[in-house]
Amino acid sequence: MNERNERIYGVACTFRRPSDVYHAAEKVRDAGWKYWDVHTPFPIHGLDQAMGLPRSPVPRLTLLGGVTGFITGCLLTWYMNSYDYPLIVGGKPYWSPIFPFPVLYECTILFAAFGTFFGQFIFNRLPRHHHPLFDLPQFARVSDDTFMVVLEARDPHFHVDDSRNFLQSLGGQEITVIRD
Amino acid sequence: MAHAPDQHSERPAILDQVRPAELPRSPLILNNRNFHWVTDKVCGIVEEPTPQWWKVTFLVALFIASFTFIGLGYLVSTGTGVWGLRSPVGWGWAIVNFVFWVGIGHAGTLISAILCLLRQKWRTSINRAAEAMTIFAVMCAGLFPLFHVGRVWFAWWLFPLPNQNGIWPQFRSPLEWDVFAVSTYFTVSTLFWYMGMIPDLGAIRDRATTWWRKAFYSVLAMGWRGGNRQWSNFEMAYLLLAGLSTPLVLSVHTIVSFDFAVSNVPGWHTTIFPPYFVAGAIFSGFAMVLTLMLPLRAIYRLHDVINQYHIDNMCKIILATGTMVGYAYGTEFFIAAYSGNSLEKFAFVNRAFGQYAWAYWIMVSCNVITPQLFWFKKIRENHSIVWIICLFVNVGMWFERFVITITSLANDYLPSSWGYYSPTIVDIFTFFGTFGFFSVLFLLFVRFLPLLPMAEVKSVSPSADPHAH
Repeated sequence: MNERNERIYGVACTFRRPSDVYHAAEKVRDAGWKYWDVHTPFPIHGLDQAMGLPRSPVPRLTLLGGVTGFITGCLLTWYMNSYDYPLIVGGKPYWSPIFPFPVLYECTILFAAFGTFFGQFIFNRLPRHHHPLFDLPQFARVSDDTFMVVLEARDPHFHVDDSRNFLQSLGGQEITVIRD
Repeated sequence: MAHAPDQHSERPAILDQVRPAELPRSPLILNNRNFHWVTDKVCGIVEEPTPQWWKVTFLVALFIASFTFIGLGYLVSTGTGVWGLRSPVGWGWAIVNFVFWVGIGHAGTLISAILCLLRQKWRTSINRAAEAMTIFAVMCAGLFPLFHVGRVWFAWWLFPLPNQNGIWPQFRSPLEWDVFAVSTYFTVSTLFWYMGMIPDLGAIRDRATTWWRKAFYSVLAMGWRGGNRQWSNFEMAYLLLAGLSTPLVLSVHTIVSFDFAVSNVPGWHTTIFPPYFVAGAIFSGFAMVLTLMLPLRAIYRLHDVINQYHIDNMCKIILATGTMVGYAYGTEFFIAAYSGNSLEKFAFVNRAFGQYAWAYWIMVSCNVITPQLFWFKKIRENHSIVWIICLFVNVGMWFERFVITITSLANDYLPSSWGYYSPTIVDIFTFFGTFGFFSVLFLLFVRFLPLLPMAEVKSVSPSADPHAH
């Protein structure tokens, strides 16, 4: 990486239509880029494939949460109604997985939901309120009706002028260098 | 069979010109509105100066809400005797109101989760408001059992927390299951609602002109940047939360119905309760969604995003679930007759013709007869009538819970212990006030948070398709 790139975050370029940015993404993917992203106001159907993204890892934390929740529910009901303060109610066993099943079920869902919710934040590296992109005036329109391809400087393919030309060839409109 | 390959090679040329018929799909967004229009419309609601109608309604709602808080304050300072609870009816309006409000909430989850899994794109226009309705309705619902415990300062004993007495909750009780079900439901609904809102909060942040608005929405938006790498995780998490909320919402009203069904009281001890309660909950919830959305649609001129197609769909769901509820009423009678159990038979004859027959027939006419009007297109297109029918459904579903709770307790096994329950003025004021409490929360939501999920509405518009030309 040359010295010119050190204080540069990347190069951004805007597109007006979902189909334009979709085809641009396919070309960036085929050029072998690794550190880049497509910013859109809404999720575009099929863009994950067009960008060559792997499947989201969020479900792993959902499963982890769900299993934790179920075990927590079992331990909770067993400890409270069978071990620490054994209760006889209605001639039922001190503990069985049957009678507290609604509790186990709800704990499973609750913890799985926590896993999913926090998983989304963890894998998206959020919250993060400072980001070089926020300094870009046209970035404010990305949550409205503009689409933006950002090529990051840390990618081995990155070179300011070449990357600008590359984005130009993709049909991008406003091309800007983002300072870090 | 010998000529089959020939047939394949001699494919008639006409086949290349034949295209599958283009089935007309009802457009979800009318008048070819573009993405910017959607942003302007939804952010405009938050950005405009506070409208006069909002201030007036908010004050009225606050005034009504005060009835609940004064009622509860009086209850706490005096005792649960100020409610109309006395032997034999130990579960009065508090439980009726609890089930009523929880049921209202269920349509929000149905729209946001179940319709999401079923890929019903029309849900996008209404899901945010419906989810908000869910959360606020569950808050109203939670007040009643919380104060029904009598000494509300000990309500934390319901949770599995260590206390000085060294005792724990008893997990064989459906009421304890309810604590877990409703608190999980509230938490998961709130997470789902908030997570879905993050991209839209980001959109408001990006348009903010004043520093306080920028700061407020920046914090809420969590630094959302809308990169597709973020969307990919976001969409996966959203789908998973929908998948988790679906069994959750079904379990919540199932467990609420267990409060009744697990007991041994005639009229309560039936296996039909879980599905029947869930259908009723969705029925009343959709009625409430329409009750709220029709005025909002008129005030904010959302006719292009909430159009006749959306209203038709909701009316049809009300019609379907209303008919299911009617069918359940019939089944209950059949099973009572078929069981050969004289107490069970009496419980149902008593519901329809006993001392609470007036309530029963209000319930039947509001829940079974009125929604049948939705068979007619003319009725579904007349939004004033739709709104009025929805009010009837809300009333009917409250009476359903009243009929179930009160008739079975007032006339159970021994005629010598029968009684007649009536609410006190404190009961009535406390319940009346929850409508104000709900409205206060809902008005704050309308004013300060994105009423429609902009990102989702944009994603279902025709121009969002990357393969469109």
